Amino acid sequence: MTLDVHIRAKTYPSRTPGEDHTAIAGIDFSVPEGQFTCIVGPSGCGKTTLLNIVSGLEQEVDGTVSLNGRPTDEAHLGYMFQTPRLMPWLSVLENVRLVIEGAANGDMGDEALARHLLKEMDLGDVMDAFPSRLSGGMMRRVALARAFVVKPRLLLMDEPFISLDEPVAKRLRRLLLEIWNERPTTVLFITHDLNEALFLADRILFMSPSPGRIVHDYTVPLARPRAKLASKEIRTLRQSLLKEHPDLLTGLIGVEEEEKES
Amino acid sequence: MFDLKVLSGSPSSFWLRFFSLCLLLLVWGVIAAIADSSLLPGPWAVAVNMVAHLREGDLLYHTGITLARVVVAFVVSMIIGTVIGICMGHSKTMDTFFDGWLVLGLNVPALVIIILCYIWFGLTEVAVIVAVAINKIPLVVVTVREGARAVDRELLQVAQVYHLSRAKTLFKAYLPQLYPYLMAAARSGLSLIWKIVLVVELLGRSNGVGFQLHSFFQFFDIASILAYTLAFVGVVLFFEMAVLRPLEVRLTRWRL
Repeated sequence: MTLDVHIRAKTYPSRTPGEDHTAIAGIDFSVPEGQFTCIVGPSGCGKTTLLNIVSGLEQEVDGTVSLNGRPTDEAHLGYMFQTPRLMPWLSVLENVRLVIEGAANGDMGDEALARHLLKEMDLGDVMDAFPSRLSGGMMRRVALARAFVVKPRLLLMDEPFISLDEPVAKRLRRLLLEIWNERPTTVLFITHDLNEALFLADRILFMSPSPGRIVHDYTVPLARPRAKLASKEIRTLRQSLLKEHPDLLTGLIGVEEEEKES
Repeated sequence: MFDLKVLSGSPSSFWLRFFSLCLLLLVWGVIAAIADSSLLPGPWAVAVNMVAHLREGDLLYHTGITLARVVVAFVVSMIIGTVIGICMGHSKTMDTFFDGWLVLGLNVPALVIIILCYIWFGLTEVAVIVAVAINKIPLVVVTVREGARAVDRELLQVAQVYHLSRAKTLFKAYLPQLYPYLMAAARSGLSLIWKIVLVVELLGRSNGVGFQLHSFFQFFDIASILAYTLAFVGVVLFFEMAVLRPLEVRLTRWRL
């Protein structure tokens, strides 16, 4: 499932005619099947807009997005948003079951998969609880299970671990890699944390400040499984990246600390 | 049939309510005894009268007729009001367009609507339902519109991204957001509707509680008036406690 993204421009109409706001100014890339690609860029550079275009939520755009030549909004997508976005009136299990196609027909395979994923996420005991009972980290895990239960051809993730404590975020990243290992799929993961990107991705696309463009395409030269986020390898990589492209990375997490250290 | 705890919160508050009602009956009884007039019968006299009307069968018949009108008018008003409210909550154009109608609907006196409906549609059941619905719909619209404006679009995006069917999106992602508003509209609506239905019956029907009250009024039969009123209040309270409150508890049980 190769993902092809060709966006010439994405503009939002402004109140004063002729002065439309340009959110994205030309983005072209392809992601081969099974690749874990991170998109890194400063806040406000159009990352979420890009993901909304790829998912088909945003339809009005000058450009095309396709998954193996078909529009992405016809495909099985998993989408993890910045916030968990669970239905508060549905239990944990119902939330995951909700997105299964044909669940209404009582498809037992998918039902079993939903339960299996929740157990894998250590949520076996809270399947019948409502989301308001859960911690932020647990809600993220439910959202992760929901994204994988549809057997996604493409998994979109929009800074899903933002606003979590680092230990919780760490556990979730590990969980994501584990489950992705078991059920490989193409991933497009947005973050403004360079360390996170270096830890997770096969490849990193760097975006410029608004209007967003891809300014650097970087292949992460680390073997899997990787040690941890704060490892020496990742630090070395970060330093060499910064040395080569000092201008690209302003405004990213992980860059400021590097500047402080040096 | 329904859990008393749900109704009253705790056993102590249940007894407090019970005691307060007993006190009210007592005060009524004492005043009636002092006045010693057929224009103010005491609770006992009203109870005896109610039993008599029950035995004759007229109480059940007329209460049943009124209840049927209330239910039909209630369902019609809720459905139409909800649809209009949702449209107005989501579309600026619709909102601006219908806003004037809404203000008019909220402010035309119920009596005027009832009279006009009887004149235009004749003394028929259709006139009854239309008159009550026109009175109630604007109130439903106002409440539901508020709910529709507060709908969380982020949850609808989840439904869109995961390709939920239209029915699933409606019942699992959209309507649950409106339930608190629908419940509010339903509860205030029920008490308003049954009062209007009585007026409608009084003015132009030959059966129902309102019609009976009219007859008793002409004979100054206060005991029967109170017996009928209390009987119908009992029916409405029963509906509220046996249907609406348990429904509300069920629909909002996810809130902690």
